[in-house]
Parts: sequence; C-alpha cells; structure tokens
Amino acid sequence: MGVKQLGIVGQSVKRRDGIGHVTGQTQYVDDVFYTGMLWLKMVRSPISRGIIHGIDTSKAEAFPGVVTVVTAKDVPNNWYTILCLIGVEPNDEPVLAHEEVMYFGEPICAIVAETEAIAAEAAGLVKLDIEELPPVLDMEFAISPDAPAIKKWGNNTFMYDGYNHRKLRFGDFEKAIQQADHVIEGDYSLSPIEHAPIETHCCVVKPEPDGRLTVHSNTQALYFTMDNTAIILQVPSQRLHMIGGTVGGGFGGKVDVITEPITCIAAMKTGRPVKWRWTREEEMRKSSTRAGVKMHYTDGVMKDGRIIARKVRSLEDSGAYHRHSPYGVQKHMANLPGPYTIPNVWVDAYCVYTNRQPSSAMRGFGVTEATFAVECQMERIARTIGMDSWEIRLINAYRNGQMRPVRKVVEDATLIETIQAAAELIGYELPAHLKAMSSDDYAGNGGHHG
Amino acid sequence: MAKHYGRGIAAVNYPTGMNLGGDPTQALIFCQPTGGFSVKLASTDLGQGLKTVIAQIAAEALGVPFDSVIVDTGDTDSAPHCMGTFASRATHRVGNAVIMAANEARKALLDVAAEEMEAAPEDLVLENGEIYVKGAPERKTNVFNVALAAHFKYGKTISGRGIYLKQKSSLDPETGACDPDSTEAHATTVAEVEVDDETGEIKVLRLASAYEVGRQINPEMVKGQIVSGAVMGMSHALMETVFPYYPALDHHTYSFGEYIIPTALDIPEIESVVLEYPSSNGPYGVKGVGEMTANSPIPAIVNAIYDAVGVWVTDLPVTPEKVLRALEEKSLETH
Repeated sequence: MGVKQLGIVGQSVKRRDGIGHVTGQTQYVDDVFYTGMLWLKMVRSPISRGIIHGIDTSKAEAFPGVVTVVTAKDVPNNWYTILCLIGVEPNDEPVLAHEEVMYFGEPICAIVAETEAIAAEAAGLVKLDIEELPPVLDMEFAISPDAPAIKKWGNNTFMYDGYNHRKLRFGDFEKAIQQADHVIEGDYSLSPIEHAPIETHCCVVKPEPDGRLTVHSNTQALYFTMDNTAIILQVPSQRLHMIGGTVGGGFGGKVDVITEPITCIAAMKTGRPVKWRWTREEEMRKSSTRAGVKMHYTDGVMKDGRIIARKVRSLEDSGAYHRHSPYGVQKHMANLPGPYTIPNVWVDAYCVYTNRQPSSAMRGFGVTEATFAVECQMERIARTIGMDSWEIRLINAYRNGQMRPVRKVVEDATLIETIQAAAELIGYELPAHLKAMSSDDYAGNGGHHG
Repeated sequence: MAKHYGRGIAAVNYPTGMNLGGDPTQALIFCQPTGGFSVKLASTDLGQGLKTVIAQIAAEALGVPFDSVIVDTGDTDSAPHCMGTFASRATHRVGNAVIMAANEARKALLDVAAEEMEAAPEDLVLENGEIYVKGAPERKTNVFNVALAAHFKYGKTISGRGIYLKQKSSLDPETGACDPDSTEAHATTVAEVEVDDETGEIKVLRLASAYEVGRQINPEMVKGQIVSGAVMGMSHALMETVFPYYPALDHHTYSFGEYIIPTALDIPEIESVVLEYPSSNGPYGVKGVGEMTANSPIPAIVNAIYDAVGVWVTDLPVTPEKVLRALEEKSLETH
C-alpha cells in the first residue's frame, strides 16, 4: 500500500502508563487527599418534572459536621455554559435548580461537611417543596402539538437557524422515489446507554494562599473545563489551575463540566479543600447518557441494486437539557446517508427535549446510531431484492472523487478495500468482478454524479 | 427447538475530528541540558495510550531516541491549549501540533550543531540522537553534546511551538452542505452468532474485522482499540440500556447488578486485519480509530441474527425477550 517505513512510528512499543494502571499505582483524582479536606454531597430532584416552591436547608445546616450548604444563589452565573464556547445558544440548564426541576436527579443544593457520611446524612434533611407536573418522556409526543412545552422558547426541540430540525437536501428525493423499482423502509432505534467508566466523576479543589484554586479533575478536556468553570464562577480563568490528564475511562461522559464548578464554589465559600466523588448510582442515573434515537429510512432501489433515493427522519432524545446533543445531531445528520453514493437524499434530524437525565457526548455519538441504521438497512435491501450482502455494499460504496450529500467530495475512501479484506479474512471468496473493484475507480458504480 | 447459526456484515466510515472543525490543539517542546526533550501538552490520556503514541511521534519528528522524550500532559499552568480528547481527534490533532513543534526544535538544535561542527545546518543528518555530516559520517556528534553546548556555551534555546487547527466551517441551514471531517477511516466487520429459538439467547461466536486507519503509530495499541471496541459494540447491541422500558422510566438502572456489561466469559473470538492508506492531513498519515471500533459490530450482529432466524430486531438492545417476541410474531404470520 506504499506506506513509507519510519523509525519508532509504526512500532508496538510498550505503553508507558500500562504498569501503573495494572498494578494500581497510577494516581487518579480520587487518590488526592488534603489535610482539612471537606466532602460534598448533592441534593437532587426526587421527581422528573415540577415547580420548586421551597428549599429548606435549615436542618441540614444545623446538623453537626455540616460546614455549609451551596444553593443556586451561591452560583455567580447559574448556567451550564458548555456549548456557548462553540457558539450554541441559548443557555438552558441551571448549575443548581431553583425555579423548576426537569429530570429525576437534577442538582438542587450541595451539602459540604467534615466527612462524606455526614454530608450524605445531612442531604436527607433538606426539605423540598416541589409541585409535581406530568413528565414528557416520549419523543413523538414531545414534538406533537398536544405536548406541554417544557422549554422556555415554547416547544420541545432545539431550534437550528429557525428550523426545529437540521435538514440535508441533495438531488430530488421526491422525483427519484417515483422512479425506483423498489421502495424499502425500515425503523431503527436505540435506548439510552451508560458510559460505564471504571472511574466515576471526581473533583478535588484546594484554595491556595495566593487566592488561586487548584482543581484536580478527570475531565477529558482541561481547558474547556477551566474556561467554562471560570464563566460560571465569574472569575478570570487565570485564577484556576487545572490538573488532570489521566482518566479512568471517559467515553464522552467526562466532557460535561459537571463536578468542577460546584466543587470550586464549595472551596471558595469554605476556604478549605473539598472533594466531590460520585457513587456508581449517580454515575448511572444522574450523569449524561448516550441519547435514545429513533430513525425511519425510506429508500428507493433499482433492480440492479443501486440506491437512487434515501429519506431519513431521525429523533434524538436530548433529555432535559442541551449538553452536547445539538452538536451531536448535526454530526448525526451528516452521517445518516451512510458511506454510499446516493444521488437523491432527504434528511430531517431533530434534537428533542424530554424530562429525563440529559444525554450528551458518548463514543461516536451521532455516527454510531447512523451507522447502525444504515448497515441494517443495507442488509434489508439486499434481502428484499435478493442480492448478495457483499455486492449491495460494494456497488453502492462511495468512490474517491464522487460527491457526498453534504457536498464534500470523497477524498480518502477505502470502504471497498475493507469489505474485500474482511471477506478475505474469513475465507469468503468474492466473485472476480467484486474483487476487482476499487475506491479509486470513479466510474465503478456508474459514477452517477460527482 | 434449535440453535441457529447466522453471519452478518457491516461496512462503516468514521470521521476524524470535530464536526465542522474549529478544534485546535497546541504543543510546546523544550530540550533539557543533557538532551532530553519534554513535550508539554494539556491533552488527556483516557487510557487509550495517547502519551505513548505522542512520544513516538515526537521522537520520530525530532530524530531522537524514544526514551529521551518525556510527555507531560494535563496541567494548564504549564502547557498551552488543547480542545480535549474526543471526536477521535487526539492523535490526529496533537500529533500534528507535536510535529510542528518538533520541526522548530530540531532546526534550533541543528543550528547549534552546525556552529559546533563548523558545517552548514542543511548538511547535517540527525538520526536517533546521533548527528553527522552528510557524506562524511566520521564528522559526528550527538544531541547530548549539542544540548550542553547550547545551554552553557552559546546561550541558545532549543525549543519549538506547534499548533493544529482545522478552521471552523459553516453549515448551510437549507441544504445541510458542510465539511464534517478531516479524513475518514473505514471498517468492515463480520459477525457470527448462534441464536437459541427456545430461549431467545444470542451468543456471538466471532467478530472478524478489517480496519483502515491511515497509518498506525503503534499497531499493538490499534489492536487494543479494535478488541475493546468490538466488546463495547457487542455489549451495546445485546445488553445495555439505562431504561429497559424506554421511553418509560421504569427499572432505571443504578448499579452493575442490573446494568449488564460483558465479562471475560462473554467475549467471542475477535480477529482483525489492518490496512494502511495514509491520510493527507494526519501526522504521518494517521486517521482516528478511537471511536469507530465500537460501531461496526452492532449492525453486523443484528444482521447475523436476521441471517440466523429470519427476524429483524432493530430496537437496541436486542434482548432474548425481543427475539422471542419477534419469532412468535413471525410464526403467527406463517401459520
């Protein structure tokens, strides 16, 4: 394949942190302890949707060993701002809830105490007066006219440039579907899943004598976390010193900037080091998940196997707040047609809000879901028209020089080559005409546009 | 009542880097007095081996031994900006920034060496820490000597700055036209399963994949991604859900007691072959492999289940209950 031989690049040198990881010597955030360190526990919403009428922290504050309680009024800028740094607005998620709760487990106030056990016990003493409202959980209902608007802008979808969904329009789907020999439809859906890292979320903050804060974090993105934390604290970023770089599994679950701002506020308020570490239950029930997604495909296919038209409607369940889902849906939109040359494409991708724990980034989000649907749909097409599973993919695979529906010319396609290599790996003999195909053969699938 | 064998395939692409770009990463490199090189990054190693592959890239670009490169990550006081470790971007972005920084440091090093050796910098060869004059290998020195001379004789710095940014592009709200990637990696997975039509139980027997990831910096770690991704994908296909009755909230999971993920006994035979078609913009031709390895096994397994028992279960996870219900529906249709 003409890869130039290099020196150390290309060699399987032993990973440098491997021995530390497998012998338990690597220092993670939860291994950080300071003298006089306090512990934080979060009081969370016991219901999925409601209006907050009162938060009574007096009993918790009076509990022996409790040093302070952090509520919304202690948060200088009470918005999770994670998307404003990449230009996505409006802010929609409070750091600590004070007017309404939008999901079961939403943070309301933080107990800061001498021990973790005291903080946990005192958390149970906070009296919440919340008027319960019926939660919106189903995405089809959420986007129907019958649903109550749970978002302040008056509906339950993210608004993209004035539209309630992202559009992809390429060629003329309506015309092409009329000309197809077969119209093949399929429904595909995925349930929310958990990142399940070995290491749960953890943050330790130490106020320094010079007024700065040392923040030990297991974030996947130190500067992103620092700058967002500074915006929430309303302090210059230079007041924060982020230390991290070693994470016990992230999978996208540690880019939400979820522990650092509150732990910083607790440390600033008390003048003492504070640790907040999440339980496994918090990690599963309160941290972001991968979004639930529902996709419907309608494909127009010719007798010879060529896909001439593809329409996709996709709903992505963002849960109660944006987090990274509006970004993920755009990536999803671009990938819903799949790595195939299809001249007529129509995609509508919705980012939908419901009253469940927010979904956010997770390994491949947007793409994983599209890939699952596309490849099941390809198989469904093959079975429906009676074509071989390998052939349907090879004849439709995108070739270098062709135009993708997002209007980017294919530059470095090797889909065909991996299909051929996989067949070889399992000892499956492809017919000669399929074996001869190449991603560099622009006209290999008719070159029907580009 | 029987166990049915099935085989399914899936062919996938995966974009490297943040959708629409706009995600920079910087690197600084400086030389210590005795010739060690420290690479300063604010990037994060999630356990995938970033620190190791970056040391390999830095050593390659500098022309020094792997062991003389120190990679210091994860401190905002001592290292410049990195957007973060996600979007299969780290090796691509950090690697490019490190090569740029290494080129600057290498040039500074060779300028001092040239002065010390009374030769033109462009005539010098730097390989694995040894420096000699092209065509005259007996005229030689090494990084250790040049670094000492730079520090204590010439008063010269040997350091470098690097950044990589794919500039942010716009998206047309009417047509969706956009630039969603820096490069695309590809893979095809073949899944073999056994489905028990009495219990609905699915056993994945084998996952065989061909991956194309540009250039491999460390083949064993690429293989590590492929094997672990195959297990994560299998788990996504068959086992995992936070809400077993989604969209209802009932039986919301809270521990590994109800949230089932694979253990060693669940892991099938996993095989792979890796193709290398270098990308035009990755460091040494790298494409991102981090996220995609968990993708192709999912549809391959679902397609294999169809091959085995002739039912489409396309609502993940494919639990035994869903398989049995689909089989029941199919038998009602045919009788």
